[in-house]
Amino acid sequence: MPQTKFAPWDDPNQKPLIRFENVTKRFGDFTAIEALTLDIYEREFFALLGPSGCGKTTMMRMLAGFEAPTSGRIELQGQDIASVPPNKRAVNMMFQSYALFPHLTIWDNIAFGLRRDRMPKHDLADRVEEMLKLVRLEQFARRKPHQISGGQRQRVALARSLAKAPKLLLLDEPLGALDKKLRQDTQFELMDIQEKTGTTFVIVTHDQEEAMTVASRVAVMDQGALMQVDTPEQIYEAPNSVYVADFIGDVNIIAGTAQPDADGVVMLNRAEGATPLRTRSEIAFAPGQPCHLAIRPEKIAISAERPEAADNMLQGKVMDIAYIGNLFTYHVELPDGSVIKAQTANTKRLASRSFTWEEPVWIAWTDSAGVLLDR
Amino acid sequence: MKDFRRTLLILVPYLWLLALFLVPFLIVVKISLSDIALARPPYLPQFSWADGIWSFLSQLDLENFAFLASDDLYWKAYLSSLRIALVSTLLTLLIGYPIAYGMARAPEEWRATLMMLVILPFWTSFLIRVYAWMGILSQEGFLNQFLLWTGLISTPLTILNTNTAVYIGIVYTYLPFMILPIYAALDRLDGSLIEAAEDLGCSRLSAFWLVTIPLSRNGIIAGSFLVFIPALGEFVIPSLLGGSGTLMIGKVLWEEFFSNRDWPVASAVAVVLLLILIVPIVLFQRNQQKQGDP
Repeated sequence: MPQTKFAPWDDPNQKPLIRFENVTKRFGDFTAIEALTLDIYEREFFALLGPSGCGKTTMMRMLAGFEAPTSGRIELQGQDIASVPPNKRAVNMMFQSYALFPHLTIWDNIAFGLRRDRMPKHDLADRVEEMLKLVRLEQFARRKPHQISGGQRQRVALARSLAKAPKLLLLDEPLGALDKKLRQDTQFELMDIQEKTGTTFVIVTHDQEEAMTVASRVAVMDQGALMQVDTPEQIYEAPNSVYVADFIGDVNIIAGTAQPDADGVVMLNRAEGATPLRTRSEIAFAPGQPCHLAIRPEKIAISAERPEAADNMLQGKVMDIAYIGNLFTYHVELPDGSVIKAQTANTKRLASRSFTWEEPVWIAWTDSAGVLLDR
Repeated sequence: MKDFRRTLLILVPYLWLLALFLVPFLIVVKISLSDIALARPPYLPQFSWADGIWSFLSQLDLENFAFLASDDLYWKAYLSSLRIALVSTLLTLLIGYPIAYGMARAPEEWRATLMMLVILPFWTSFLIRVYAWMGILSQEGFLNQFLLWTGLISTPLTILNTNTAVYIGIVYTYLPFMILPIYAALDRLDGSLIEAAEDLGCSRLSAFWLVTIPLSRNGIIAGSFLVFIPALGEFVIPSLLGGSGTLMIGKVLWEEFFSNRDWPVASAVAVVLLLILIVPIVLFQRNQQKQGDP
C-alpha cells in the first residue's frame, strides 16, 4: 500500500508547530540572524545546515530559550515564546557536548528532567526504563557517564532529552563527536526513533551528508539568512543559487551569459568561439544576462569516442583521476584551461580503468542534466 | 646500573622524609615519654652507652599522657581548638565559595587579575598582616573610628583580644586556600551542564544546587581541609588577636615549651595533636586521589 507523502509544508491548511517571524538577533555589532522567516511543522525532521558562524546554532538556542530575539516573533503552536524561560518550555535539547551530568548515573541522568516535574516514583521508573530500552542501554543504567563509550553517551543524551516527551527536540550537532561508521548507523537510528516517538526534530549540522540523510526538509543557511528551504532531493537537484549548489555535494559551475532560445531552452555563451551550452531552464533569462550552469559530476558521461548525439559535448584531456572505491572521478581539462569533473560508477571488479592520464576524451550531458542559476 | 639509579631516585624523597619528619617525630615521641628535670636538656632519661639500652627504655613511661587526660585544661583546649577550626572553616567556605564562583564566572580576561588579587596578600609577611589586624580591630583602631564617625555606635566595640578577632584573623589568613581549589573546580565546570539542567526543568537556583554544588564538591572538600588542618594547630593568630579567654591548643603548646619549660608535657601535647590531625589528613589524601579518576 503506498503511503501518502509526508509534506505538510505544501498544505496551506496546516498550522506550523514553530514559526519564526521576521526574527533578527544581534550580539553587539554582529548580526547573527537577519530578518528570518521560517515555518516548521509537526513531526518534521528539520535540518539547519550551514558553515560555522552562519547562525544555525543561534536559531537553536533561541528555540531552547537561551537567547532572546532582538526583534521579531518566535511562536510555538501559535504562542509567542519570547517570555518563556528555558525550564518552562515544552522543548528539550540534546547538546553537542552531550552535557551529561558526570556525578549522576545513566539512570539518574535520564530521570533528571522527570524528577523536576515531580513525576510519581512508579511512573518515573517506567518512563526511564522505556527510554533505556529505546536507546538499547538497559544494562548500562547503573554506570556513570565516564564509564561508557562515546556512542553510548550520545544515546544517553538522546534518551534524556526525549524522556520528558517534548513537543520539539533540538539536536545540536548530535553526531559530531562520533566516527564515520558509527555516525552512519546512528543516523538511521535517529530516524527510527523520530518516527517511533513522533516528536518534531530540529537538527543543527554542518555535515551536508548527515542533513540529506536524516531530514524531511533542509534549510541551507549562510551569514544569518536562509538560502533555500526544501526537501533534500530538491536541494540537490534544483538548488536555487550557486552557494547552495556548491555547498551540497560535488558540482561543476560554468559561468557565462544567457541567450534564450525557444521552448524554455537557454544557450549559455562562455568565451568567444567556445561552443554554447544548451540547457532547459525553469526560470527565464534576459539575453546577455550573466548566469551559471551548475551540473553534478555523475550526470556527465565520459567516453573515448565522440558520442553519436548529445545536447552538449566537449572535448578535453584527462588531467587527474580520483579512485574513491565505488566511483571514479575524472578531472577533464578543456582547451580553455577550465576543469570539469565527471564521475562514473565502478561497476566491474578487476576491470582496468577505461582512461588514463593525458588521454583525449569526450564529455557529454543532456540539456536537462544541469541547472541554470541567476545568482 | 639502571636499577641502581632508579633506587637512588626513589631513595632521595624517602631520605628527606626520614631526616626531616620521622627522626624529629621520634625524638618528640621519646621526649613525651620522658620526665621533666632541672637539667639541660630539661628532661630525663638521657641515653648513655654505659647503662645500656634496656635501662634507658625502662625509664620511659606514659605519665605525661595520663597527666593530659587528668587535667581538663588540655582536653578543653583541644575541644576549643576543634570548635574554632570547624567554625572558621565553615565561615571561610561561606565567604570563599561566592568569591570563587564570581571569579569563575568573570570574563576570561579578568580571571588572571582576580587570581592575582587573591594571591597578592602572600607577598607580605603573615606576621605583619596579623599586626595590621590588631591596628584595625583595637579600641582606637580604624574599624571603631569609622563606626563612631558614621554614628552607628556611640562607644567603641571590644573586638581585639576576643574569639571574634581570632575568627576574623583565621578567615582572613586562610581564605585563599579555600578560594583556589573551589575556583579550580568551578573553572573546569562545563557551562552547558547548567544549560542542560535548565533545559530539563531546573530553575537557576535548583540548577546551582543539583549541578554546580555537587560538581565543585572536590574543591569544597580540598579547601575545607586546607583551612581546617592548619587552623587546628594555629598559634600566632590566637596569641596575637585572641584574649585570655581564647583557649587553643597551639597556644597551650607554646606556653608549655617556653613558659613552663616542661618539654615532656609539651611533646605529649604535640603527639596527641598530630594523632588528631592524622584523621583529616588521611581523608584529604583520599579525596585528592579520587580527583584523579572522577
